[in-house]
Amino acid sequence: MKFHQNALRTLLMALPLALAGCNTIVMNPAGDIAAQQGHLIVVSTLLMMLIIVPVIGLTLWFAWRYRASNTEATYTPDWDHSTQLELLIWGAPLLIIIALGLVTWISTHTLDPYRPLRRLDAQRPLTADVQPIDVEVVALDWKWLFIYPEQGIATVNELAAPVDRPIRFHITASTVMNSFYIPALAGQIYAMPGMQTTLNAVINHTGEFEGLSANYSGAGFSNMRFKFHALSDAGFTQWVTTAKASPLALERANYLELEKPSVKAPLVRYGTVAHDLFAAVVDRCVDTTHMCASQMMAIDEAGGLGRGGVRGVSTQDSSTEQNRLLARPYVKAEVCAPRRQPIAN
Amino acid sequence: MFDHVDLTKLIFGRLTLEAIPYQEPILQITFAMVALGGLTVFALMTWFRAWGPFWRDWVTSIDHKKIGIMYIVLALVMLLRGFADALMMRAQQAMSFGDQAGFLPPHHYDQIFTAHGVIMIFFVAMPLVTGLMNFVVPLQIGARDVAFPFLNNFSFWMTTCGAMLTMASLFVGEFARTGWLAYPPLSGIAASPDVGVDYYIWSLQIAGVGTLLSGINLIATIVKMRAPGMTMMRMPVFTWTALCTNVLIVAAFPVLTAVLGLLSLDRYFGTAFFSNDLGGNAMMYVNLIWIWGHPEVYILVLPVFGIFSEIVSTFSSKRLFGYSSMVYATVVITLLSYLVWLHHFFTMGSGASVNSFFGITTMIISIPTGAKIFNWLFTMYRGRIRFEVPMLWTIGFMITFVIGGMTGVLLAVPSADFVLHNSLFLIAHFHNVIIGGVVFGCFAGITYWFPKAFGYKLDAFWGKCAFWFWFIGFYFAFMPLYVLGLMGVTRRLSHFEDPTLQIWFVIAAIGAGLIALGIGSFLIGMVVSYRNREALRDLTGDPWGGRTLEWSTSSPPPAYNFAFTPRVHDTDAWADMKAAGYVRPLTGFVPIHMPKNTAAGFLISVLSAVFGFAAIWHMWLIAGLSFVTLLAAAIIHTFNYARDYYIPADEVVSTENERTRLLGTQG
Repeated sequence: MKFHQNALRTLLMALPLALAGCNTIVMNPAGDIAAQQGHLIVVSTLLMMLIIVPVIGLTLWFAWRYRASNTEATYTPDWDHSTQLELLIWGAPLLIIIALGLVTWISTHTLDPYRPLRRLDAQRPLTADVQPIDVEVVALDWKWLFIYPEQGIATVNELAAPVDRPIRFHITASTVMNSFYIPALAGQIYAMPGMQTTLNAVINHTGEFEGLSANYSGAGFSNMRFKFHALSDAGFTQWVTTAKASPLALERANYLELEKPSVKAPLVRYGTVAHDLFAAVVDRCVDTTHMCASQMMAIDEAGGLGRGGVRGVSTQDSSTEQNRLLARPYVKAEVCAPRRQPIAN
Repeated sequence: MFDHVDLTKLIFGRLTLEAIPYQEPILQITFAMVALGGLTVFALMTWFRAWGPFWRDWVTSIDHKKIGIMYIVLALVMLLRGFADALMMRAQQAMSFGDQAGFLPPHHYDQIFTAHGVIMIFFVAMPLVTGLMNFVVPLQIGARDVAFPFLNNFSFWMTTCGAMLTMASLFVGEFARTGWLAYPPLSGIAASPDVGVDYYIWSLQIAGVGTLLSGINLIATIVKMRAPGMTMMRMPVFTWTALCTNVLIVAAFPVLTAVLGLLSLDRYFGTAFFSNDLGGNAMMYVNLIWIWGHPEVYILVLPVFGIFSEIVSTFSSKRLFGYSSMVYATVVITLLSYLVWLHHFFTMGSGASVNSFFGITTMIISIPTGAKIFNWLFTMYRGRIRFEVPMLWTIGFMITFVIGGMTGVLLAVPSADFVLHNSLFLIAHFHNVIIGGVVFGCFAGITYWFPKAFGYKLDAFWGKCAFWFWFIGFYFAFMPLYVLGLMGVTRRLSHFEDPTLQIWFVIAAIGAGLIALGIGSFLIGMVVSYRNREALRDLTGDPWGGRTLEWSTSSPPPAYNFAFTPRVHDTDAWADMKAAGYVRPLTGFVPIHMPKNTAAGFLISVLSAVFGFAAIWHMWLIAGLSFVTLLAAAIIHTFNYARDYYIPADEVVSTENERTRLLGTQG
């Protein structure tokens, strides 16, 4: 029985592979989440084949069988109803969709990118004491910034992680929407300015994989790619050590430089990184002259500043080509400075 | 205060000579070709003194048949533009590997894929289905025109002016570089400060008015103007699908208008609906645009389902199997199409329960759609199938569409969508359903109703060439994209590093070449048929052995469609009349009340286009003037009471006698 299952699975996996004849990474990935997603594609396809194949076959057969020149075939010009057939043609797709709906409900919950992992792969469940490694991801125009808060390092256009250790990505963007996608690791999730998304995943094999932005984001989009290194524990430790040795430090000031649009940005490693940088990016106040979104929301929640709020709106210098992309109206930080005099007395 | 008004700026706004891209060789050639073509048409029209008839019989015409034909002409012209974009994309992707940058820099490439999407959906697919509905629906329900004939002419010209504005962006300024739905913040003023997105906004706003009005018009027509005896459950299936589509249009297009309006406010007045800062949220745009965008897909495909229903039953010489289940399936799809929009952004982090809900509602749509496919299948069962060109398109559709449907349901599984979203698999899927469904259906419909519109059939040889090139070309062009999607390749890339991908793009480019041959064959077929029109002539008015009312009148139908309004006793009214031994009335004709042509629709639309162009370029003086003139013209038109006339009984008699004579020559 076990043998049959394995043989069947190999056969199923081979189906799309045979179709492609080469590296179909989506069907044959190195990470457990992506593998389950690929498996789901196969299962769903097979379920639907149950109805698609007969339909195509019947179409061709009926077209041939009932061709006008075939006068031997039965011809019933006024036959237009059959309750049994109606039950079948509504019922059969319904049954398949019920099955697929169940698969959908379960897989969507188990593979929810926000849900902490429960297993390393099909054979190995995850023990409770394993802490995921956190990576903060910022999609910039047109490059990727990765911050490792625990390790205190940051990189541009290079991502590394140890195999068989859960990774928890926190994802945002600086100006426009992108989508963070490493086909070998797990499905994509959008990187959106002012918002934070999460992805939990694990990589099971060492190797070098492609990462990219899957959502079009402007002129430099085609080159918005990075390498994802899946390393052994020792390899990862060494990679961190190398990064730590970098004399560069990522602070608010040079983040604002880095944030400016550039194409094919070179790989950079920062030995240290400001600990609150990612939070500030999400809160849209890396530039300390800007009021943070969270403060703004707090003010609004308390009733707002009324017309006073408008006076606080300012616009960045947009004279140069590079600044243009980042130019946007913002609320000056000093708007929320405490009043100098108490209102009463 | 007025000391510093810059007159040049007031008149020309931000339009300068630099906005004309005369340094781009591709655009130079295009411009030369367009100018040459335009001059030739102009010269020919002048030579043949065609301007007067063109103005009287077409531009100002409120005849639903002529407007329907004009919609389809517009769609075919725009198809050439949209397809030229497709060829350029395929060529760029087939050659841009490693050190080779291809021939299109991102600045140009990004405009091309945006324009391709916008044009193919709004100015090819929409006019095709609207045109077919316009032409066929009044004939099918035994009406003499639509409910609001002037509005129909106005709708057409608004759509055309929207298309022209998009075309203008080729030669003056540039088009959006945002993708066809222009997601902010990318389409916001910070990331796209130039005119591209403004062209996008105003083209769609102007065309959108046309679409919405035409939707209202056709609903009123179908609900109020059916021939006596034609109850709802006796309407032809195409009319049913047209009704549902127009309900979708009326409910969905205002959302598009509103969301583009909000985007305009952000861009023109500095509001913060979709900006990153000041409390804006770009995801609201994504939500709103897909609340329009998903029903839009069904707006396109439902009428096409109707076309296939008509064709499959006509060419199987058999009643449609499961008429009521077909109708209920259509209505169910109409309702469900509003409950699925979130499947376009599963990957934006909505959470598992929300994603599952929208995934499952999406799958549920495949049940009525599947029922439809089975109904067509069982219509063929025990029929006498004639493989005329429309039937070939139909069988090609049934095979192709189920594959597209399958990949669609696959994409509806959220966890699978996480790896397939934004990939070329997705691109392959929606071209699979739009080409395999909408395009095949419209070509089937055009071939099917062409003799009704012009009085002669399309040449079958070139029709078959067109079908086979499209059919095979489609598989060559898009199957490699499915494979590439499974290889993790995403959309909208203008350059690739991995050389192993190249072969697939080359195959896809060959497929696009085959489709080009298909389009070519179709156009050649038109010319050949026109030259052979005497041999292909249809004198009976019923060349295919049709079953619905449009085949009961002459080809082409007289201006008044039916000398006497038919009475309907069965679903396939004309088949029923034929079976019952219907005799055409030869006497007793009375004057017929008809609407009168008007130039108002054309003029107001042109003024709208001027307003749109001025708004795009910030020419506030012209924008103000054209807007005021536009309002004035609309108001003045309301005082035009000379809107109708009677076709005298004599004229009806002579038209009908001529038909009697022609029918007589048939023996």
